[in-house]
Amino acid sequence: MAKKKTIRTIPQQRTPMREQDPQVRAGNFDEVACGYRLEDALLEAERCLMCPEQPCIAGCPVNINIPGFIAKILDKDYRGAYDTITATNLLPAVCGRVCPQESQCEGVCNVGDSLEPVAIGRLERFVGDVAIEQKWTNVPYIEPSRHRVGIVGSGPAGMACAADMAKAGCDVTVYEAFHQPGGVLRYGIPDFRLPNTVIDAEIRNLEKLGVKFECNTLVGRLFSIEQMKDELGFDAVFIGTGAGYPAMLDIPGDSLNGVLSANELLTRCNLMRAREFPSFDTPLPHGKRVAVVGAGNTAMDATRVSLRLGADKVYCVYRRSRTECPARAEEVHHAEQEGVEFHWLTNPVEILDDGKGGVRAMRCVTMQLGEPDDSGRRRPVPVEGSEHELEVDLVVFAIGTNANPIMGQTSTLKLNKRGYIATDDDLATSIPGVYAGGDIVTGAATVIQAMGAGRKAARSMKAYLGIRDANAPYATERGVVERWFGIDPRERNHVRIRIA
Amino acid sequence: MSKFEIVAREDFSDVTYLLKVRHPLMARAARPGQFVIVMATEHGERIPLTIADFDAYEGTITLVIQAVGKSTREMQQSCRVGTSLHALVGPMGIPSPIPKVKKVLCVGGGLGVAPTFPQARAFQQSGAYVIGVVGFRSRDLVFWDDKYRSVCDDFILCTDDGSAGLKGHVGIGIKAALERHPDIEECVAIGPPIMMKAAAEATRAARIRTMVSLNPLMVDGTGMCGGCRVRVGGEVKFACVDGPDFDGHRVDFDDLMQRLARFKDEEKVALDRWVETCRMFDREEVLRPSRATDPELF
Repeated sequence: MAKKKTIRTIPQQRTPMREQDPQVRAGNFDEVACGYRLEDALLEAERCLMCPEQPCIAGCPVNINIPGFIAKILDKDYRGAYDTITATNLLPAVCGRVCPQESQCEGVCNVGDSLEPVAIGRLERFVGDVAIEQKWTNVPYIEPSRHRVGIVGSGPAGMACAADMAKAGCDVTVYEAFHQPGGVLRYGIPDFRLPNTVIDAEIRNLEKLGVKFECNTLVGRLFSIEQMKDELGFDAVFIGTGAGYPAMLDIPGDSLNGVLSANELLTRCNLMRAREFPSFDTPLPHGKRVAVVGAGNTAMDATRVSLRLGADKVYCVYRRSRTECPARAEEVHHAEQEGVEFHWLTNPVEILDDGKGGVRAMRCVTMQLGEPDDSGRRRPVPVEGSEHELEVDLVVFAIGTNANPIMGQTSTLKLNKRGYIATDDDLATSIPGVYAGGDIVTGAATVIQAMGAGRKAARSMKAYLGIRDANAPYATERGVVERWFGIDPRERNHVRIRIA
Repeated sequence: MSKFEIVAREDFSDVTYLLKVRHPLMARAARPGQFVIVMATEHGERIPLTIADFDAYEGTITLVIQAVGKSTREMQQSCRVGTSLHALVGPMGIPSPIPKVKKVLCVGGGLGVAPTFPQARAFQQSGAYVIGVVGFRSRDLVFWDDKYRSVCDDFILCTDDGSAGLKGHVGIGIKAALERHPDIEECVAIGPPIMMKAAAEATRAARIRTMVSLNPLMVDGTGMCGGCRVRVGGEVKFACVDGPDFDGHRVDFDDLMQRLARFKDEEKVALDRWVETCRMFDREEVLRPSRATDPELF
């Protein structure tokens, strides 16, 4: 009989994960974090107390059974751990790398109250990597149904929705405007955070489920959403086109030749392989001194990519302070280690010309935090007389995105006042049978939230199409069934006989 | 039959060539003024090309390309009938507005003649009186003048060196058209940015609304990267989703021309490398298709 685990008997330190040395990794695009080895994963899995409250499950946007998969790792049943995770989250290798766990599962972990929280993200990534290496796929027997489902956008929201609908037996086609699928996972997140091989493996898994990927298709222009339902024979459509319409700072000098959005820099570098110019034809703007404006995850990616492209100095300029910085903590930490210089509480006001149409310097003011604004964060106000110049030759804007206008221009979908697609709580749009989720509904958010939205929309689409999930309790006309102690109150006198 | 297969090819001159690509869905959906983004090979770059013509019955779209840099010269060499493009996506951009007017002036400069053709045809189909002004550098570079004449009620050809039609650049042709027809209501001008700027200036005094089609550098073409941003009336617009047609009198052409030159150094490196590679493989004669190497083109 094993002794019960307490906070004192588990390993007190979080198992460290090998990372590339900062000086070395600032010159290559290989993955920074090398992942857990088997012994690291087992040691870290020991730290889970298997507490009864299980706050981690609630902390996860898609409610992965975290103690469940950690218990399977301890049993050395890695396939079982993979099955547990993929019951809710289809891309463990992706989410283990890019989720902001410190504000989700690890942020509420009970071990984290007195020690460092269990490294749930790293364990998830370990399981995902083992699955890719062993080429496991979970392709259960799927009873085909006669419904055709179209998914617009092959990013995380579209992929999650596609997987769920394919598992329900529908004939799923995913449309992608680029020549390679993956969406923001491909063009936005660099190789050293999320290697393209991982994305390719996950897409192959989806293709094994029967999902068809059609690239080079710009839905809205090649055919509209209405045409998908009326002419092309789709019974339900999910729109996951993302929120990429980069916001640009409207300051003098913003159309100079050395100014670009982080999306453009990342697309050229990640998707078009411009860092291998001239073997690949797409060029990259070269900067020896780069300033990235903004401090979200995209800004962190832009700074670290600039370092690897050969910049001598990379500044990260943000108008608020480090505590308000929205990026994932590990990314900021890695960026600092690699040598990015952070200028907190600094805001650019003008970009200065070098006489040849390029950038000579960026004039900034120091800010101080004043009263909170509508979003609850303290509003920055400029400090009088604090103008100073940063000598840079490339300025990258990573200050957020707005809604992509193509869906609004080409369909009768109702938009909300910020230009995003208006949906109700079930993610249904104003056109019956058409659902939307992810950044195009909420504005720029994270990969796991997009996947959660894709899965939620899949549930609504299954209800719309009339597909019943044999294992899930379905809502009655009066609403969701409330269960007491796991028992449906209307069935408390019944005896369930399981027919094996 | 593979995807994006090239079904026809025509070489108008040493630098200008036409490709007909099979894409039935796009041929049905395309409207005048829209463009596509093309990647010729896996390692290629994404370049925007205006759709010069589309045939829904045949299921093809037509692209007219000028070989100026590495990508277009590589395409000139390798895009033969039967080959395929690596990626082709479209039709992108807001279709050109074809308002109901009685008289319209369509101006095409050099390669710009190709994208103005479907617009001129659409105006003719809407019942307007179409005046066509086309300009080329010299007689050898003239293409599609008969095709253009067939959709115009009045046609003026200009060449810079006077070898055909009026001598002078397209501005001379516009002036002649304005003198002959003082009641022009609408103008469409497409060509190199400097030509569109001159055309907009020529019509500004006569207060004729002039729609131009802007051609900044593009990467994704779906409004996601902001690389194609242009200044129109003091506002920043993205040419790929807010355009490519804009009011020529409000466009900041100097900004467009400056931003078009931002990869000049890299373009030169790529082109030098390409020429050197061709020379190394002793394929100089295929830089310019000739009767000896490609008899089916002549």
